[in-house]
Amino acid sequence: MCGIVGLFLKKEDLRPQLGTLLTDMLITMTDRGPDSAGIAIYGDEAGGLKMTIQSDTPAQTFDGLDAALSAALGAPVTMKIVDTHAVLSLPEGSEADARAFLKEKGIRVMGAGVSMEIFKEVGLPKDVAARFGIRAMGGSHGIGHTRMATESAVTTLGAHPFSTGDDQCLVHNGSLSNHNAMRRVLTEKGFAPQTQNDTEVAACYISSRLAEGANLGEALEGTLEDLDGFFTFVVGTKNGFGVVRDPIACKPAVMAETEDYVAFGSEYRAFAKLPGIDTARVWEPEPATVYFWER
Amino acid sequence: MQTIDMATTPLRELNAALQAQAQQTNQTQWVIENPKGAHAVAVGLDAPIEVTVRGSTGYYCAGMNKQATINVTGSAGPGVAENMMSGTVVIEGDASQYAGATGHGGLLVIKGNASSRCGISMKGIDIVVHGNVGHMSAFMAQSGNLVVCGDAGDALGDSLYEARLFVRGSVKSLGADCIEKEMRPEHIEILKDLLARGGCDAKPEEFKRYGSARKLYNFHVDHAGAY
Repeated sequence: MCGIVGLFLKKEDLRPQLGTLLTDMLITMTDRGPDSAGIAIYGDEAGGLKMTIQSDTPAQTFDGLDAALSAALGAPVTMKIVDTHAVLSLPEGSEADARAFLKEKGIRVMGAGVSMEIFKEVGLPKDVAARFGIRAMGGSHGIGHTRMATESAVTTLGAHPFSTGDDQCLVHNGSLSNHNAMRRVLTEKGFAPQTQNDTEVAACYISSRLAEGANLGEALEGTLEDLDGFFTFVVGTKNGFGVVRDPIACKPAVMAETEDYVAFGSEYRAFAKLPGIDTARVWEPEPATVYFWER
Repeated sequence: MQTIDMATTPLRELNAALQAQAQQTNQTQWVIENPKGAHAVAVGLDAPIEVTVRGSTGYYCAGMNKQATINVTGSAGPGVAENMMSGTVVIEGDASQYAGATGHGGLLVIKGNASSRCGISMKGIDIVVHGNVGHMSAFMAQSGNLVVCGDAGDALGDSLYEARLFVRGSVKSLGADCIEKEMRPEHIEILKDLLARGGCDAKPEEFKRYGSARKLYNFHVDHAGAY
């Protein structure tokens, strides 16, 4: 099972509603997976780098963290704490140093980028969305996932979306069967997954292909050749949004497009509250076919 | 005419009301509003009533149908009219995976496209698709007719038994033991009737017929009547 959703806005008008629309889409998919939920959202760019971090003990861990990181980097750092997550704003070019600092403190980095923020926890979509105030978030596009765990444990780190490159994220419905072999290949290339989860391997694969110069369409095309198993992937990049299903296409998928947006859902139910859905073009993405949009 | 609004009526109440209709009911016309992709809408019906579902449905709409005529004005999710026994189901839009799977009888009409595994393991149902069907359609189909006015995807009729497959457009590939067969006058007659009942103005002569090569299973001519 698992439920996945995505929404890519083509016009500015709906930007303030993105968080609410995505939250409603994801809540509708709750009975496809009750284990964990998450959303990656591409919001306003603040002029630097945003890094979303997570801690199971946020009160202690985040206390004074911005000042300490600022001192270590020798640059201004701001921090917005949201429940177990915090979004750090750093100067561009400081990511490697910041990651080293956070690693030493044992703090988990969920993702980084100039516009992407990512929030995920164990629990139902409605609870996770409420904890992180997703409804109030605006943005240009986002993806979400509610998980029925198969390949790895029910933990925060096993929750989707997975982000393995700046402003890149991926959600997955399915299970991969060659993820251990692919993990070794990716580790040799310097794209080592951090968890035992199969989906993270797919995210690392796409990040590696993008780093090698592929565009989003080519990277998604590569999954059909190099990944074995069941998958429907929905992927976000800074300016792009893509979908691909494996050739067998057992995992359900439906898409809708209007002049205002492109939407993805595991089921049509996810679209019920979208504006203009009654007149949208609705179709089932073909197996082994890449769909992507970039602005 | 009875109208049930799914925005205010729970699914089980809706299905219970439809399932409670007797053979001699005089409440023959039903309209269901606001399905919004809900699962299992209008399942297990067993009375000669007409149900119009205004909108799109999720998994398993019109499953196990007997006698009823069910019309979905939007698109249908996976498993529409699964295991239908008799009656008619018409989808004005597209149908997702395994439409009409395991159906024993009745008529399923899909006016848009059907995706993969349409008519998988069909056992006597007739399916008329105005558009295309996806891969593995009519997999292990035992009897009945699948009519595709558009194109068929990969592995059409894989491991086919005695169902008849008629395709007007291209077939991406045939599955194991599925072959093109001669279109004889009796097949033209069968197809003409199916197209008429499916509301499709295509000409029977434009279609090709596919069937089982009967090399994968033990066909014996003495059993031909069983299909």
